Amino acid sequence: MSTAQIPARRSRLSLAVRDSNTMLRRNLLHVRRYPSMTLNLLLTPIMLLLLFVYVFGGVMSAGIGGGGADRSDYIAYLVPGLLIMTIGSTVIGAAVSVSMDMTEGLIARFRTMAVYRGSVLVGHVVGSVLQVLASLVLVGAVAVAIGFRSTDATVLEWLAAFGLISLFTLALTWIAVGMGMASPNPEAASNMATPLILLPLISSAFVPIDAIPGWFQPIAEYQPFTPAIETLRGLLLGTEIGDNWWIALVWCVGLTALGYRWSTSLFNRDPK
Amino acid sequence: MTTTTPRSLAIAAKGLRKAFGDKLVLDGIDLAVPAGTVFSLLGPNGAGKTTAVKILSTLITADAGELHVGGHDLATAPQAVRAAIGVTGQFSAVDGLITGEENMLLMADLHHLSRSEGRRTAAELLERFDLAEAAKKPVSTYSGGMKRRLDIAMTLVGDPRIIFLDEPTTGLDPRSRHTMWGIIRELVSGGVTVFLTTQYLEEADELADRIAVLSDGKLAAEGSADELKRIVPGGHVRLRFTDPAAYRSAAVALREATSDDEALSLQIPSDGSQRELRAILDWLDSAGVEADELTVHTPDLDDVFFALTGGINVPNQPKENVR
Repeated sequence: MSTAQIPARRSRLSLAVRDSNTMLRRNLLHVRRYPSMTLNLLLTPIMLLLLFVYVFGGVMSAGIGGGGADRSDYIAYLVPGLLIMTIGSTVIGAAVSVSMDMTEGLIARFRTMAVYRGSVLVGHVVGSVLQVLASLVLVGAVAVAIGFRSTDATVLEWLAAFGLISLFTLALTWIAVGMGMASPNPEAASNMATPLILLPLISSAFVPIDAIPGWFQPIAEYQPFTPAIETLRGLLLGTEIGDNWWIALVWCVGLTALGYRWSTSLFNRDPK
Repeated sequence: MTTTTPRSLAIAAKGLRKAFGDKLVLDGIDLAVPAGTVFSLLGPNGAGKTTAVKILSTLITADAGELHVGGHDLATAPQAVRAAIGVTGQFSAVDGLITGEENMLLMADLHHLSRSEGRRTAAELLERFDLAEAAKKPVSTYSGGMKRRLDIAMTLVGDPRIIFLDEPTTGLDPRSRHTMWGIIRELVSGGVTVFLTTQYLEEADELADRIAVLSDGKLAAEGSADELKRIVPGGHVRLRFTDPAAYRSAAVALREATSDDEALSLQIPSDGSQRELRAILDWLDSAGVEADELTVHTPDLDDVFFALTGGINVPNQPKENVR
């Protein structure tokens, strides 16, 4: 009995992987056919990067690290925050494309086929994570082009940074997928996902927490973006990480679990 | 019907019930569709046709009922049911962002066909549904009829033995409708079982071996097209008058006609054939009757419904369906 069960389970797993891979390829095909959506989402972090470095950079650098800081110090401060912000802005695309899928008849077709049930969501999640990683490479390239350097980080720190980015991306993607599932149409999904791009603006991405007015500091401090940004900054530039690394991890795990439960329960509900 | 087991039928439902909130949509209906036949569920908008298809195709769950499709229990083996069926819903289930060919290859991948087999099946079906030329174009540029054809082509990729078609011709122009009928007939000749919903009696008449009339969540009647037509009062010729005096004298002259004093109109039973019409016209001439308007009515879904429901309670039947 048990010997018969193992191949059955293995083939079920391989079918699940195969179906998810099919759905992933469909989503990547959409991205390739319609790159304007991804580029639009990329525009915000790149514009902000250039704006804050070249327009506000001179003033902003005066506010960090006491006296003597210049524009290049502010680039170093800003880039980790903008990388994390890029994650938030890119996953909005996942919310919109999930919602587009759900409002069309194609998902109903998938539901009446003998395919792995989770493949639709897995395809969206993996597709979105890959899209975010590609966006990060682009934003990172712009950052390097305007003078960002992270020469002190060790290989281990780079690996940890990559791990943190991946986990944070996964967490925000599942939340975005849940938002897409919960929205009646793509416009609503895009609105609902707006906090993912607004929260980094009120985090430690642009200015240190202590430079923010006192009454506002708790909002900036106790949200997922700040510990993730502080951790990444520490890994890439050697600044103080403190408790931020485990707070960031707790946020990642918590948001992933929440987004996963939310998305799958909405997906498994009887469609209208 | 009591002697057939669920397994010898392609689709078998007993006591199918479904309510959305406090609105009862399907009130315990029984269906039995033998393999290799076309079964048509006929009914107006809102009668519950789509709900029945959604339940039988595993999209939503029933509240109650013993349901078998392809010999598999819907409640306990939905994946086995899914492997046996193909579904074309009322709203096009195609991916508009990619090309027709990519849509077909997507289906081939989801049916776990090998690469070469998938390409061959996709090419064959695109050719068969007259989409080979448009295969490399994004589906968003397709016309309504082309999207419908692609939809059905996608449904056929896994070679399903039971096919659900939910109002396959609604919204199609007459030419596309006839093309669709040809497609459905071809499917049946290949031995598949077709479960079709429609609001048009004519369509059910053209295609179905058996027709069930759904009204307010209940089966009002079931039988072959001929059996159903016997329930329906025959067609008639309607004469309308504007002058009450002319109407009165005509009503006296044509005593066989049913008269409607308020509308100043007379109805003469007729099957609408050329021979009968000529006879009626000759008779009108010889009786010296000159109507202001003469119209020929053939039995339609409205008549079936009036006959089956006693002329009341035709839910949401829009006027434009009277054809």
